[in-house]
Amino acid sequence: MNIQKTYNNYINIFQEISKELKNTDSEIIFKHRQKAFSVFKQLGIPNKKNENYKHADIDNICNKSYDYSIQLEETSVDLNKYFRCEVEDMDTHALLLSNGNYYKKNEPIPNLPKGAIICGLNEAKEKHAKILEKYFNKHASEIKDSFIALNTMLANDGLFIYIPKNTKIDKTIQLVNLTHGFGNKNIFKRNLIILEQGAELSMIICDHTLNNSNNFIVDVSESFVGQNANLQYYALQNEPNKSSVINSHLINLEKDAKVNSIVLSLHGGNIRNNLFTQLSGENSEANLFGLNLTDREQRVDNYTLINHKVPNCLSNELYKGILDDKANGSFAGRIIVHPDAQKTIAYQTNNNLCLTPEAKMRTKPQLEIYADDVKCSHGATVGQLDEEALFYLRQRGIGVKEAKLMLMFAFANDILSNIKIAPLRKRISGLINSRLRGEFTHCSHCLLNCNS
Amino acid sequence: MLVIKNLHAEIDGKKILNGINLEIKPGEIHAIMGPNGSGKSTLSAVLAGKEEFEITEGEIYYLGKNLLKINAEERAKEGIFLSFQYPVEIPGVSMINFMKTALNEQRKYRGENPMSSAEFLKYMREMKEMVELKSDLTSRFVNVGFSGGEKKRNEIFQMAMLKPKLSILDETDSGLDIDALKVVANGVNKLKSPQNATIVITHYQRLLDFIIPDFVHILYEGKIVKTAGKELALELEEKGYNWIKKEIDA
Repeated sequence: MNIQKTYNNYINIFQEISKELKNTDSEIIFKHRQKAFSVFKQLGIPNKKNENYKHADIDNICNKSYDYSIQLEETSVDLNKYFRCEVEDMDTHALLLSNGNYYKKNEPIPNLPKGAIICGLNEAKEKHAKILEKYFNKHASEIKDSFIALNTMLANDGLFIYIPKNTKIDKTIQLVNLTHGFGNKNIFKRNLIILEQGAELSMIICDHTLNNSNNFIVDVSESFVGQNANLQYYALQNEPNKSSVINSHLINLEKDAKVNSIVLSLHGGNIRNNLFTQLSGENSEANLFGLNLTDREQRVDNYTLINHKVPNCLSNELYKGILDDKANGSFAGRIIVHPDAQKTIAYQTNNNLCLTPEAKMRTKPQLEIYADDVKCSHGATVGQLDEEALFYLRQRGIGVKEAKLMLMFAFANDILSNIKIAPLRKRISGLINSRLRGEFTHCSHCLLNCNS
Repeated sequence: MLVIKNLHAEIDGKKILNGINLEIKPGEIHAIMGPNGSGKSTLSAVLAGKEEFEITEGEIYYLGKNLLKINAEERAKEGIFLSFQYPVEIPGVSMINFMKTALNEQRKYRGENPMSSAEFLKYMREMKEMVELKSDLTSRFVNVGFSGGEKKRNEIFQMAMLKPKLSILDETDSGLDIDALKVVANGVNKLKSPQNATIVITHYQRLLDFIIPDFVHILYEGKIVKTAGKELALELEEKGYNWIKKEIDA
């Protein structure tokens, strides 16, 4: 397979299944699919000539073939038995997506506040069509991106969350994406998160892959954070070496809204993260963090676009990477400050450690500022561990291996300190510590081996 | 304790040390003075095991061991401590974690059990009092945001924590006001014992008013050109380094 063949394949798939989709989808949803199909046809699959995907390894993805299935898969095993996430002292409610489908045996969330909805996207299409259709694809359709279009065309299920006005979900929602089964899975997941005015939600998304196939996962999540609402969003990516992931998260912030997004790529095959953040209401605030730990021939690319559309907003972006062996990575941070967005504050930093001469990191800040009264800064570094600091630690009797670990951990700590849920911070801190030591990164209680 | 024989060292092909001979016995304090660029800091870096320097000739024996055969961390575990001229800031590494790791690595090397957290905290409190270290410095990242004086005090605190056999104080007095100087000197004197030795590297005689040396050596162009008792420091202070330069060059 190559880019052209992969493209043709998706065109064929859509044409084949669109009759079926037309029957199952509502008219509005189906129109979104058709529109996305024309966008996909127009854009094609991006190659190296595409500025936004210049550093991503799409060829590698297109050189393999995958099984796409629209049918809901029935699993005979009880996945709840497999999955036990026991982060000490952390009270979460876990929901599973099995190969992209909302797991039927997910336990309903007890004491869910009145009006709040947490269910599968497919279920929401039927039962909560009015809310869903108001938001679905609203932000995503504004972005001209092949993989977002592909997801809109082919994704069927995912997670749907709706939090009504001034409502807080006390328990952290933990979404666990399970990829399992025979063959090279091609999975399209679609999540939709809606926070009405003054709503609060914190969620963790954990990726767990159980098979050792060449999976290709294309995810899109849209988060609408209403006026004065607050979203805490933690993504934990732990993919086997053969997996490819293209993950897009689109966040829209209304007046006084806040988001804290932390993407931790602890182990990646070939991961591409797109983060589109739109500050659409005054005084909104986006804190966006990312950390990659890669080794062997893994690759993590982060592309972020922050759109300051109105005055008096703050965006604070810090991405870090530690690359070992022959790992590859890139960071592209685009910030657009629109002409009306006076008094914008936008900070962007990307720091990377390349531990070997073969590890490669490319970083590119792109600031487009069309307003004159703004405070914007950006900085990027690619370097090695500080030799002076290393010697200082060794001179006190700390062995070179331990000293290096201490420095790497210190480097990562800037990101960890932004995890607001203390037990989660502690657990991830432990995971990163063991990751840096080259040990398995699965939690001790969990029966899933995320590092297969 | 320490025997340096005909030590030659260079960096990037540039010769810095040109045949140093020095012997230090337990309980002694040696001051090494000299003008800028004479090789003082190189000598301390070579003793501590900094790998950038190439030893082209000579030997160093420490407690009967060939020091040049062992790496920096092992030297530290054998009791060599360098108080850095420019202590390094390490964001993200807390003082407590740093000291606890260092202390327990050294204890492990000696075959002792690691200190428990409670024991460690108690011990740390005692050492802080001993060297008059402000209490919040240990709860911060290593040297980050410390003033010049605080960084030097922190070095002496680490020395108190690790109880080295051979301490090398590399320009510990630079950048200190007289009060801080006294505190640092006090700390060094309190830690002095008949079993350990100290090398004080300094530009000025001032520190030697508080830390009284048994020997003063003058280093010039990578060689020890003069050795005498503590009175040499006073003479040097009075006559300046040009006096030595003239004497040698003549």
